[in-house]
Amino acid sequence: MIGGIKNFKGVLVFSLLTLASINLAGCSSQPSTQAKGKSISVWHWMTDRQTAFEELAKRYEAATGVKVNFELYAPSDAYSQKVRAAAQGINLPDIFGILGEKRDFSSFIKAGHILDLTSYMNENDQAWRNIFFPKALALNEFNEDNSYGINTGTYGVPIDIMTIQMLYNKDLFKQLGLDPEKPPVTFQEFIDIGKKIKETKLQGMVSGWGEVWMIDCLANNYAFNIMGKDKVLATIRGEVSYTDPDWIEVLGLFEKMRNSGVLSDGLISMVNKTAEQLFANGKAVFAFNGSWCVNVYKGMNPNLNYASMLPPKVSDKYPMAIWGGAGSSFMVNARGQNKEEAVKFLKWFSARDQQTYLSEKTNNLSANKECVGSISEVLSQFAKSMDFATHPNIWGVSEFPAVIEALDKGIQTIILGEKTPEQVAAEVQKVKVRELDKKKNK
Amino acid sequence: MKIKDTLENYCFVLPAITIFTVFYIIPFFWVFQLGLFDWDGILPTKIFVGLANFKEIIFQDKSWWQSMGNAGWVTLIALTFQNALAFLLAMACDREMKMKNFYRVIFFIPPVLSEIVVGMVWGFIINDVSGANIINRMLIGIGLPQLAHSWLNDPKTALTTVAIVHCWKGFGWGFLIFLAGLQTIPRELYEAARVDGANAWQQFKGITMPLMVPVIVLVAILTVLGTMQAFALIIGLVGGELGGHTSVPVLRILASMRGSSRFGYACAQGITFGVVLVMISFIQYRFSQKGKHN
Repeated sequence: MIGGIKNFKGVLVFSLLTLASINLAGCSSQPSTQAKGKSISVWHWMTDRQTAFEELAKRYEAATGVKVNFELYAPSDAYSQKVRAAAQGINLPDIFGILGEKRDFSSFIKAGHILDLTSYMNENDQAWRNIFFPKALALNEFNEDNSYGINTGTYGVPIDIMTIQMLYNKDLFKQLGLDPEKPPVTFQEFIDIGKKIKETKLQGMVSGWGEVWMIDCLANNYAFNIMGKDKVLATIRGEVSYTDPDWIEVLGLFEKMRNSGVLSDGLISMVNKTAEQLFANGKAVFAFNGSWCVNVYKGMNPNLNYASMLPPKVSDKYPMAIWGGAGSSFMVNARGQNKEEAVKFLKWFSARDQQTYLSEKTNNLSANKECVGSISEVLSQFAKSMDFATHPNIWGVSEFPAVIEALDKGIQTIILGEKTPEQVAAEVQKVKVRELDKKKNK
Repeated sequence: MKIKDTLENYCFVLPAITIFTVFYIIPFFWVFQLGLFDWDGILPTKIFVGLANFKEIIFQDKSWWQSMGNAGWVTLIALTFQNALAFLLAMACDREMKMKNFYRVIFFIPPVLSEIVVGMVWGFIINDVSGANIINRMLIGIGLPQLAHSWLNDPKTALTTVAIVHCWKGFGWGFLIFLAGLQTIPRELYEAARVDGANAWQQFKGITMPLMVPVIVLVAILTVLGTMQAFALIIGLVGGELGGHTSVPVLRILASMRGSSRFGYACAQGITFGVVLVMISFIQYRFSQKGKHN
């Protein structure tokens, strides 16, 4: 009897201890945002820049005594999920970046996670604001007429700028009997090169079209060129149908590219890393990639002889547009205990000396316009194309994700030869109508 | 006293119940609850939409059902080809043969490899553009150039190629379980059957198969659950959904969460998928029970 009671007590104590340990385990993790002395935590996903970031952190600590911890979380998908999870748990670091669309950015602001930097930018006669390329800053701003319901202001600090455009291999151009200093300017010239590529064992254009968003990027470039910005935005607002002849023409370009042989085999199952390897190894004549590729190609093949070019235009009616703007930006945690320190650090970090160092070490285009003089030739070609740059995040309206997916997948099926541009246009419009109805019913 | 005994018994299982509740039951209901909302995963406010997400999945989302069909096809190949291979190899290793322990180790290597690594390695072996194109070179080498093909880039062959690589990776699990099952069958039964004049086929039909039914059902359920949820292998091999031809439910759930920022919808997809898997497992279980009685 006594033994039974003792046994019962033992079991009870064991159970309670187990429960307590579970509870304690759940409560023990402290937010990394809590300041421990003077230290700032920064989360990012930029694998290629970690070493340079750490060096800059050392310099900042030496100058100010404030320790900066750059915490790398890669790949970008994993980083994106980590930031979202941290936001849900109110556990974000002092400084972080957001990967995603303007809609996601606005949600972070609405949820009170991001500090409005407008007043800091405007101090001393807008001294901080004036060091940036306006297009780089635009991606971090919300204007008066934004459709996201965000107060007008600047909510992020651009670190670098990027453009996504085409690249061609000069040596392979020579091999094909083409002038390496004269890339194709018109779509017809581009298609004609496809016929020459078909006769060789070379691959045409490579890109990460297995990840679909880059398809969306090129489709939008041509949509701007064929129908102009206003009509593209009208389509997003639901005022123009995707079955409009201009959109069918855009979709038809992918059919023409496929038929001509200017696209690489297996393009739609290609991840961008594979595409970069093929281009860097001289197996592909063209690539469609962002300015970050300069650093990637340098690492893969320092002797690669290439140049950038705008996507060959279809029409002279409207200018060709390419996606560009801020490549990566940092935001300050509005709930962080080191807000002021974080802002001070970002001011120092975005200044000319630090950005020049970063640009030289990582071959990225700095968002600080005072650093342009110190970049390589190919990078300067990318930088010059900023005049043609646009980005969905500055349009003020966003297309429904389901419509973007239908368009991108539809283009994949056109490249596979399964559907016609007209079929895809009809399907995309069907999804658009459904999404508009859903929005109305909300 | 009886109450005390009962309480004592409950205390023994309390830690297990607590862990199960905290890590399984509560998250399940939480995910179901999120499935009733329109939520982007960031905003503190969620809009209650009732069963609208579930309705959309069931009645409107063609890509979801296409992904279910694709997963079903891969599962069918795994259930037949993969498990038949595993069963045959287990029977071979169950007999007295040279180096059987070596084979056991070899067969179990693929399952312990990372899915993404297997995907990338096989992608390199198969891919004719970015890979070594080894399969096609072999086909050409043995005088079958007409069969050389862009296996992973052709929508007609991509999913089946994925399924075959999945079988290569997965057969080791089945092999191990089948082997363990075969070794529990008393050898005396075979000896008695041989004395009675039963040939190998009759022994297989009359002893091995009936006694292996519970193991076969277990392997079948594990195969269905494992294959339906496979996705990393597809990313490694094909890079994505190939215009929907290689999309599977988990990739669709990820697309809803990551691409569209529809966390609520993704949760509803997760619940729908879970219910389908439970139903399939239940049907298999019922069939096995029926088979046992017969």
